[in-house]
Amino acid sequence: MAQISPTKRKNRPLTLSSGDAFQPFRYSVGRFGSKFLVALRDEKKFLAVKCGECSRVYSPPHPLCGPCYKKMDQWLEVGPLGTLTTFTILRFQFIDPETGQKKPVPYGYGFIKLDGSDTNFQHFVSLESGEDLHIGMRVRPVFEETRTGDIRDIRHFEPVPGD
Amino acid sequence: MANRVAIVGVGQTHHTGRRLDVTGVELINEAVQRALEDAQLTRDDIDGVVIGNMDHFEGINGVECWSILGNGGLNKPTIKLTTGGTTGSTLAMGGYHMTASGYFEKLLVIGWEKNSESDTTGAITTAFDPIWDRPVFAGAVSGLAAEARFYMNKFGVTEKDAARAAVRDRKHGANNPYAHMRKEVSLEQVMRSPMLADPIKAYDMCPRTDGACALIYAAEGAAEKICKTPAWIHTVTNRHLYSYLSDTEWYPLVSLQEAAKEAYSNLGVKEPLKEFDVMELYTPYSMANLSWIEALGLAKQGEGARLIEDGATEMNGVLPINPSGGVISTNPIGATGLIRAGECALQIMGRAGARQVQGAKKALSTGFGGCMWSDLLIYGADKPN
Ligand SMILES: [Zn+2]
Repeated sequence: MAQISPTKRKNRPLTLSSGDAFQPFRYSVGRFGSKFLVALRDEKKFLAVKCGECSRVYSPPHPLCGPCYKKMDQWLEVGPLGTLTTFTILRFQFIDPETGQKKPVPYGYGFIKLDGSDTNFQHFVSLESGEDLHIGMRVRPVFEETRTGDIRDIRHFEPVPGD
Repeated sequence: MANRVAIVGVGQTHHTGRRLDVTGVELINEAVQRALEDAQLTRDDIDGVVIGNMDHFEGINGVECWSILGNGGLNKPTIKLTTGGTTGSTLAMGGYHMTASGYFEKLLVIGWEKNSESDTTGAITTAFDPIWDRPVFAGAVSGLAAEARFYMNKFGVTEKDAARAAVRDRKHGANNPYAHMRKEVSLEQVMRSPMLADPIKAYDMCPRTDGACALIYAAEGAAEKICKTPAWIHTVTNRHLYSYLSDTEWYPLVSLQEAAKEAYSNLGVKEPLKEFDVMELYTPYSMANLSWIEALGLAKQGEGARLIEDGATEMNGVLPINPSGGVISTNPIGATGLIRAGECALQIMGRAGARQVQGAKKALSTGFGGCMWSDLLIYGADKPN
């Protein structure tokens, strides 16, 4: 509930704050995105789509190739292993708009070229192994036990041991 | 053919982290009053208003309506432009298009943001795709950190190379009475500042700012009467790239490279480093001052760091960049790109005070945002051909 925050100093201008308010949503994933997320949820598979014009392979898939502006419909499977294209380690706290909570830090965040794909799948990268993240590192997905058809059915990617 | 257009008035607030003493509407009005005063015009002289911010940042989604009392648009044509980080530069471009069209002779262009009123990183994240990007993206810092890491790895550039650009911008910012951050820092201080997202440290990164900027545009015929030295807009170009983060190409910044190529071709610019007198670049973190000036053709690929280290972009260098202190010193998001335009105009008008580049006749400003989108404007003391 909105409430006027009390101030001790009489002359201090007031603010009106959201408190614990949240905004509900229900986004359509679409047939195209649903196909990808269902394969991820039920088979732990990464689907991709290939442009018939320029042969670029997109994962996650989009219905259109941006540069060619052509509809794509050639489905294929990529990954699940991939290579780290670039990454960062988040160390400052911010409010995750998905949860309204502060995200625990530090955590790894990376762009991953899944084997066979031309785009970079973005996800969390686990820091648990203690291995220093580096560009070119081989990584693999770790899936959640309970999967709901969401990109977060992947918990994170982690370094492939001994690679 | 389009009418010639100049910026003839500049107003901005004294930018700061948190303006509890004013509402957003009142903040907007401060900048508007200063712009009108600068051009010696009144609200009655204005034919229309264009205003922009990232309105969902403040959670008020009809800013053109809500701010009407402060923005001067009461009973006048008033529209809103909102394009993420490029909002301010889109305003600068849109104002040009509207005035050049002949439908408006004197136009008021306003950008603003009150970042203190929400969580900026959370708000930025909600500008991205809810299915694919939002669940794992962590706002501007995370994307820029990934870009920086890629650039460093590709060319062997170091955090220290980037830190020098932060030292430069913060030194310039200390010289600008309107800047939010007005403290010089040493190279060591930048290197020792807290890590936000590797390799970006606190002093490498732009702040969250409460501020507003208002510019007055006038068409040829009116412009010369209002201002002795109008800042003529010579060309505007822009490029939008992908909409999903997964499609990002991390180097070069293609959108800026392509926008620059078109702009230089429009005006016959061959050697930008020598031909421009000053640039105000939307470089939200230190490393962008290295890699993105390569996209602008100021340095060869991977060699931007040398230009910074040599002092070529300082106030007494061959091409001063960000005399205002740049985005690292001041960042009210919806105003940020428009402040770049305003600072270029002040330079050409000769009204930039202590941060004036002597004899500045040709200037360039940029905007950055969305998904690696770039806007670019070029200004001159002479009328465009
Ligand atoms: Zn294609």
